[in-house]
Amino acid sequence: MKLYCLSGHPTLPCNVLKFKSTTIMLDCGLDMTSTLNFLPLPLVQSPRLSNLPGWSLKDGNAFLDKELKECSGHVFVDSVPEFCLPETELIDLSTVDVILISNYHCMMALPYITEHTGFTGTVYATEPTVQIGRLLMEELVNFIERVPKAQSASLWKNKDIQRLLPSPLKDAVEVSTWRRCYTMQEVNSALSKIQLVGYSQKIELFGAVQVTPLSSGYALGSSNWIIQSHYEKVSYVSGSSLLTTHPQPMDQASLKNSDVLVLTGLTQIPTANPDGMVGEFCSNLALTVRNGGNVLVPCYPSGVIYDLLECLYQYIDSAGLSNIPFYFISPVANSSLEFSQIFAEWLCHNKQTKVYLPEPPFPHAELIQTNKLKHYPSLHGDFSSDFRQPCVVFTGHPSLRFGDVVHFMELWGKSSLNTVIFTEPDFSYLEALAPYQPLAMKCIYCPIDTRLNFIQVSKLLKEVQPLHVVCPEQYTQPPPAQSHRMDLMIDCQPPAMSYRRAEVLALPFKRRYEKIEIMPELADSLVPMEIKPGISLATVSAVLHTKDNKHVLQPPPRPTQPTGGKKRKRASDDIPDCKVLKPLLSGSIPVEQFVQALEKHGFSDIKVEDTAKGHIVLLQEAETLIQIEEDSTHIICDNDEMLRVRLRDLVLKFLQKF
Amino acid sequence: MDPECSQLLPALCSVLADPRQPVADDTCLEKLLDWFKTITEAGSSLLLLQENPCLLGLLCHVLKPQDLSPRVLAFSLRLAGMLAAQEDCFQYLQGELLPRLFGEAGPLGGAAWTAPSVRSGWIQGLRSLARHPSALCFLADCGAVDTIFSLQGDSSLFVASAAGQLLVHILGLSLQGAAEGHPGLQTGDWPVCAQKIVSHIEESLRSAATPQITQALNVLTTTFGHCHNPWTQVLWVRLSPLVACLLEKDPVPAAHSLVDLLLSVARSSVLSSSSCGLWETLAQTLSHLSPTQAGPLALGILKLQECPQALRAQAFAVLLQPLTCVLEATAQAPGLLDSLDGTGGASVTVDTLLPSKAACVGLLCRTLAHLELLQPLPQRPSPWPQAPLLGATVTILRLCSGLATPTSDAGGHLCAFLVGCVRVQRAALDFLGTLSQGTGPRELVTRVFAVLLEYLTSPDSSPTVLKKAFQATFRWLQSSPETPGCSDLDPHAQLFLRELLPVLPKRLCSPCWEVRDSGLEFLTQMIGHWGGQAGFRRALLASEVPELTEQLLRDPESYVRASAVAAMGQLSSQGLRVTPASPEHPGGRQKSLLAELLRILSTDSEGFPRRAVMHVFTQWLRDGHADVAGDTERFVARVLQVASQDLDWEVRAQGLELALVFLEQTLGRPSSHCPYAVTPPVAAPPSPLAQALRPLCRVQLFEFAFRALFDCDRPVAQKSCDLLLFLRAQTASYSGPQGSGSVPEVASVEAALQRWQAGDQGQPLGYLEPEVVVAVLRSMDLEGLRGVLAESSDRVEKSPQSLLQDMLATVGALGEDEADCY
Repeated sequence: MKLYCLSGHPTLPCNVLKFKSTTIMLDCGLDMTSTLNFLPLPLVQSPRLSNLPGWSLKDGNAFLDKELKECSGHVFVDSVPEFCLPETELIDLSTVDVILISNYHCMMALPYITEHTGFTGTVYATEPTVQIGRLLMEELVNFIERVPKAQSASLWKNKDIQRLLPSPLKDAVEVSTWRRCYTMQEVNSALSKIQLVGYSQKIELFGAVQVTPLSSGYALGSSNWIIQSHYEKVSYVSGSSLLTTHPQPMDQASLKNSDVLVLTGLTQIPTANPDGMVGEFCSNLALTVRNGGNVLVPCYPSGVIYDLLECLYQYIDSAGLSNIPFYFISPVANSSLEFSQIFAEWLCHNKQTKVYLPEPPFPHAELIQTNKLKHYPSLHGDFSSDFRQPCVVFTGHPSLRFGDVVHFMELWGKSSLNTVIFTEPDFSYLEALAPYQPLAMKCIYCPIDTRLNFIQVSKLLKEVQPLHVVCPEQYTQPPPAQSHRMDLMIDCQPPAMSYRRAEVLALPFKRRYEKIEIMPELADSLVPMEIKPGISLATVSAVLHTKDNKHVLQPPPRPTQPTGGKKRKRASDDIPDCKVLKPLLSGSIPVEQFVQALEKHGFSDIKVEDTAKGHIVLLQEAETLIQIEEDSTHIICDNDEMLRVRLRDLVLKFLQKF
Repeated sequence: MDPECSQLLPALCSVLADPRQPVADDTCLEKLLDWFKTITEAGSSLLLLQENPCLLGLLCHVLKPQDLSPRVLAFSLRLAGMLAAQEDCFQYLQGELLPRLFGEAGPLGGAAWTAPSVRSGWIQGLRSLARHPSALCFLADCGAVDTIFSLQGDSSLFVASAAGQLLVHILGLSLQGAAEGHPGLQTGDWPVCAQKIVSHIEESLRSAATPQITQALNVLTTTFGHCHNPWTQVLWVRLSPLVACLLEKDPVPAAHSLVDLLLSVARSSVLSSSSCGLWETLAQTLSHLSPTQAGPLALGILKLQECPQALRAQAFAVLLQPLTCVLEATAQAPGLLDSLDGTGGASVTVDTLLPSKAACVGLLCRTLAHLELLQPLPQRPSPWPQAPLLGATVTILRLCSGLATPTSDAGGHLCAFLVGCVRVQRAALDFLGTLSQGTGPRELVTRVFAVLLEYLTSPDSSPTVLKKAFQATFRWLQSSPETPGCSDLDPHAQLFLRELLPVLPKRLCSPCWEVRDSGLEFLTQMIGHWGGQAGFRRALLASEVPELTEQLLRDPESYVRASAVAAMGQLSSQGLRVTPASPEHPGGRQKSLLAELLRILSTDSEGFPRRAVMHVFTQWLRDGHADVAGDTERFVARVLQVASQDLDWEVRAQGLELALVFLEQTLGRPSSHCPYAVTPPVAAPPSPLAQALRPLCRVQLFEFAFRALFDCDRPVAQKSCDLLLFLRAQTASYSGPQGSGSVPEVASVEAALQRWQAGDQGQPLGYLEPEVVVAVLRSMDLEGLRGVLAESSDRVEKSPQSLLQDMLATVGALGEDEADCY
């Protein structure tokens, strides 16, 4: 069993598992942090951004000034943003049989894999994952396509030139593999290869293994996967949460007794407690709005935003913010808010019961009804006429490189009354803000990451007790910035095996058994014999039939009866006749009794020698040797067949036959 | 016993003796026993028995083999014991009844003995009985002591504990006469009974079974704790070698009980003065016990009034061990370590002292709590290692919040154990608050403020931790020295305040109401303390805090509203309420706070905010707040009118408090005011009384007070009664013409008051003339009323007669309740 690690990002994994002649890709996350190296794409022409000076080398050489721009000491690529794809060279991706998706954040690289690698397999995911994943992709494509950029920079990627650039461009890895965003057509084609599955549904892959999605408690439809054969079980845990938020709670029990547990997608901010962060978010929001400032929340169109809106629903009245408008701007805002309300079966128990009342599971429906929350596809159109300040705006993209958020950053950045509150943990907020410097607006960082923290992981591992744990290398040591925090790493016995990008791990466990079925008629014909209390044996003569990784014992064909007719022989009759079977022997020979029996039968001058493996009985007179070992008996005599047969029969008396 | 009860008693006894009758519940039987106890304590038990033969009948009856309830049996045993406590009665009963009740022939061997209540009744009966020397002989004769020994290990904890106490009691009683006169008497010469008990204790102490050792230790602990006669010293001399032997075992058995015993001995005045090797045993115990077990012992030793210095030092070192460990593991400056580990004892490593998370957290919490108890005591160790303790506490807090960066492995482990541990955070913050009583080096105080600020700022601080952090902060600010001359906060604290004030608005906006509440409480305390100081005022006014506080008056959570009311009251008193005439408030005038508070008082659905408003109003009236001073009468009248209709008795009671303040101000109290204090503007000079009473009449204070006098809640009525008595005393000198108040008017008021007393409070009194008030006050029996109110409200239901009637009624023996309840 091997694991091919195609992504180095612990929360955006992409691994390939080779197990029992199947090749399974586990998630295909897209690392978008590469976009932080690019200049933002303003929706409305921004004089500030377009007038940024070009960057030139120390010696004054300005041949890169069209591609690279400088802003407050940082250098950015002035081009369409590009993404860092999973490794495509480590393994031939056309051999991948299936792709298992665990949540909508971990499928963003899907079009690159399914459309450009010769992939012909099937993708499995739950319905909410597919629908919301589609929204995320749609939003991404929309954000990038609606600001067409004439120029595509590639000169800087030249290895010799990249060396000369300032950090972080200099240190960016695999820049040659960075790709521009896919198109909607590719998205549609990729999504058409997905087959929908439900929690606990068992899916057979070629008869060899069975895969099952389990609720992981992190997002709508998010799943962990069990990949098992009859005798082996691999659990894939990716992006799970034990907190009570909107999704169905995590199914932990089904992860028990795994041989290998692949653990990815833990919280990215292990030191921040989500409850504290939500408190921080609310207080800062209230303080800003009370002072007449606006609040900007860069976010994804689905996920934590549902929980934030729910918190605000409870909070705004108590904080006296009832009259403050909340705007949610995204090309998919409407679909996202509506989808969340219809996936009742994927929600936590509390929300499910609301549906029977009937009430909408999420309170944002009421916020919309009472006009406190308004949503728009873009800041063009209705929004500009409804826009009222002070207000709170939720919009994408959290990288601050594209989407409507770019406009609001430009619009509100100059006033210290306004605040931008970062809640998504995927991007470093300082890097995200770099192209907007100097910035007067307040910045608050309260990342809300509900995924498992290390304390929860340690409890989980104690409970499910896997034989081996495999995880990204980042989880096996404390974070670099807090090297003393021994609690911020996975601590288990035996120590977890770690992987990094472009590494192949041989998983330390061997397959020892296969399951074989016996046809009923064959089973009927067996005559078991009890050789020890509770243990019976029977001999089987059968034909082993193997197809689709399933093994079946079928009755052997009957020996052909000579019919006398002139019928043509059928192909099946060609099978050679089975020989008449000799009985099988079992039991052990007690040496002393055997010697007594020999004496009784007239043998004398018997010597017994002990050997390492058993005994040798020496009949000196007859010049014969009987070698008795645990699993064999040999009678060695010189051409005296009569004697041999006599001795053999004596030996057989001590053994059972069947 | 009154005749009514005597009449009811036979019926009750026959009900109790009848196994077919349902037995009254335990509470009734307990009350009955209480009643008998008061009777026997007040008079002769023998007489009681002779006057009420039914009691003897009951006692004899329970001995017959029958299916009697264990409760009744236990009751009878206790009653018999109680009666036999008097020697003459004991003699009267001794012949047959007592041996049959308490001896082998009694319930002891029967089926009823399986009920714990019977065993408990047996012990309690003997406990009451054992009062005189004859009782001792009786106990010896009937072999009770052996039974008590066996009951020490009873499955019921109550029985086992009572058995132990009974042994202590018997030991004390047997030695009372014998050893009192002869303090030198050795145990060999003690009475047989005492010797028997002592031998049993010795045997138990030698036993290998921990439960037996525990029993023996518990008996001894109680003995030394309760009895300080010279014989206890003899006992200790005899038993201490055995106790010392326990220390040689590993692990030390029954360590908790051993600690209790040693502390009990050490506290005993008889023993500690002569020592008897006690200090050595204590020292030995300290070094043998595990850190968890030794902590309470160390604290106990340090609390002792007198104790050798070396032992105190050792105990203190044991107590400080966990903190030393923390400092060591986090590699603090060596100077701190030296002073904490001054005894030079073997230093314990983190691994042994704090091996697992649970052990580490438990031990640290206990240690911090022990030190917190010790800190304010006069006998605390001296010199008190204030600086190292501060250092250790700050380090623990930093470890808990993940701020500390330990370099050693041990520190790393400690950090992993403590990060985010709310229990330790709370304990450490409490202790940090206590440490504010002492001083510390400047650098450490800076670290204290830094860590407090970190906790107040951190979004990860849980609400309870935050509350403790606020409390500790206030205490530290309070203790920071004032700048000489200008009575302002010292620059250091000012700097801290400058950083703290931006944090406060965020806390006041928290979605968690507990946080908003503790933020407001902290603010109220701060204003109360520094509201007059320029530096604080400037910082506060420059922040958003006053405005936010006002908004919280409309918070959805009632506790928060209450705290906001208190905070606004303080802000307004100190003139710190912002009244900006900004463009946003074109009128230039904000809604007056008085009106807002009145709105809360009259409309808030919860009691807490309304009570808070009453407190603020009372304080304003007392201080002569500007909003009140303008038209005090109107203010008082309005408040009293609203308060009188309040459903919450505390609001009404607080209304009386306000009335009293107004009354004192109006009538002019013989004041002990500081001559430099600002005189309340309404404190009028003494004037003719009628004239002085007139404002009280105008604000309808009397109507309010009279209504309160007949309030259905007793505390309100009592308060009103006190107020009216005070008023009557004030008007005693009033010598206006007796008939000046027209008689018919007085009569009508009295009639109305009688109706009020009967429960019909519909009709108001209207405006009363001062003369009428004085006349009514004089005619009322306020003292009598006060007497009635002082009695508890269940005085009627508590009478023995009522008890007996109730018990009989439950079984239908009174024959009155034949009628259907419906």
